[in-house]
Amino acid sequence: MNPNGDYVPFVRWPVEAEWALMKTGQVLGIMIYLLLTLAFILLFDRKVWAAVQIRKGPNVVGPFGLLQSFADFFKFVLKEIVIPAGANKTVFILAPLITFVLAFIGWAVIPFGNNIVISDLNVGILYLFAISSLGVYGIIMGGWASNSKYPFLGALRSAAQMVSYEVSIGFVIISVLLLVGSLNLSVIVDSQRDGIWMWHGFRIFNFAEFPSNILVGVTMLAMLVVFFVSALAETNRPPFDLPEAESELVAGYQVEYSSTPYLLFMIGEYLNIVLMCAMINILFLGGWHLPWGPLDNPALGFIFFGVKIWAVFFMFAMVKAIVPRYRYDQLMRLGWKIFLPTSLVAVIAIGYYVTFLAPGANATLAGG
Amino acid sequence: MLAAIAFYVLAAVAIVSAIAVISARNPVHSVLFLILTFFTAAGLFVLLGAEFLAMLLVVVYVGAVAVLFLFVVMMLDVDFVELKQGFLSYLPVGFLIALALLGELGLVAVAATSANGAPLAIAPEGVSEITNAEAIGQVLYTQYLLVFQLAGLILFVAMIGAIVLTLRHRPGVKKQDIAAQVGRRRSQAVELKDIRPGQGLN
Repeated sequence: MNPNGDYVPFVRWPVEAEWALMKTGQVLGIMIYLLLTLAFILLFDRKVWAAVQIRKGPNVVGPFGLLQSFADFFKFVLKEIVIPAGANKTVFILAPLITFVLAFIGWAVIPFGNNIVISDLNVGILYLFAISSLGVYGIIMGGWASNSKYPFLGALRSAAQMVSYEVSIGFVIISVLLLVGSLNLSVIVDSQRDGIWMWHGFRIFNFAEFPSNILVGVTMLAMLVVFFVSALAETNRPPFDLPEAESELVAGYQVEYSSTPYLLFMIGEYLNIVLMCAMINILFLGGWHLPWGPLDNPALGFIFFGVKIWAVFFMFAMVKAIVPRYRYDQLMRLGWKIFLPTSLVAVIAIGYYVTFLAPGANATLAGG
Repeated sequence: MLAAIAFYVLAAVAIVSAIAVISARNPVHSVLFLILTFFTAAGLFVLLGAEFLAMLLVVVYVGAVAVLFLFVVMMLDVDFVELKQGFLSYLPVGFLIALALLGELGLVAVAATSANGAPLAIAPEGVSEITNAEAIGQVLYTQYLLVFQLAGLILFVAMIGAIVLTLRHRPGVKKQDIAAQVGRRRSQAVELKDIRPGQGLN
């Protein structure tokens, strides 16, 4: 019974069925978009890497090698799945599946454009943080279930590495959401709609707030760098690809994997990298908005969001091509002794700005 | 309808995986089931409308605490057969503890429903308009500030204790001093020597 006394049946099947069908359609659409993006971004990665080393890269399958990823896909799928005799079979199969699924469900809250989002969660950024902190399970389970020394060592390394860098990622996220005052990703993007001087990575150009723009600008630029490097470590990208360090651990946690399970690991890994690019974009680079003003057209915003993701991914690819691999103790030192204190100080600085200096902040140093 | 389906599926998975935590033969499987239990509990929180708590449960327990559990259990060389030896002898004690917990939960449930129909806790005015995170922040940093800071202090002391217990200073260990490396100048590292023929460098 609703307040008017009308009878409301418990089962409102048509409405909910319609909703469920619509959401399923949206999810499928986003999945296909992501997989296609992934196919070309993999090729882009290899092309950039090749160009830095003055090679041509993949150029045989299709024009300019554009179909290389699809050829690779069929090769992976058609091979035999080898499960080692001593492996823990259930966990061994479950590990790549978990990596694969977790890489996809993070995209549920990503706003691709104005109002283009599957689930506009109020705690969107926390959801992303939670999902990315789960990513470590696929790697640990894969390494352990292989029942072999190299994968196990790789998995242990990666567990320590990912847990360490999550801490500084958390503080960077806190500094952004202190500035915005919301955990909703669409709100975070919309707070940067005015132009490049409002993008959190480039707040130093916001001269209307001089001199406090210096404090915020320098802090947030540092946070952008910390987030970028932590994202490299979190996704096991070079120079932090210690879990698979081929020169010492053969290939780390994925030594025993072949064909489709390996493909799932690889798709999951690259999808996480693209997700991190999207997070950098949303938190620091203004989401789908243009550098000189807002872009409220959903279709154009969708395209421009994609362009920005590719631009950030270009940085990831260049780092992979240029920077040599870190040693394990250097990695831990960077995470705990440099990034953690830096991001803590940044949170305090941004908190000071939001409380006392920001336009609309009514607190004064006297505590009034 | 969808919410009801989601609730029953999540509740069933939570109960089954909770039973599997104590009945699984392999301790690593136990921890994995524990993670599944945490995760479904987070799903139940979302159904209750407490999405902030759900995300914190996943971030803290699943993302950090359970990883360390898994880490430790994998590193231990556990004899599974020996581990299961004492299982039956501990069963009565475990049963008693479970009974006590059930009794306490029942007591709370009875008290909550029999207080003349009035709920024990009344949501303050305007709670429905603000988000979860804001609601928690408003009580955590005002009414429960002291408790909150004490909890933080206790955790901090525990952390320092763990570090002090395990920290060892061994003499003669070579360490990398990045500041010294970066601060090194050419004049300190390179020296040009004039070597005379037939005499060598001495």
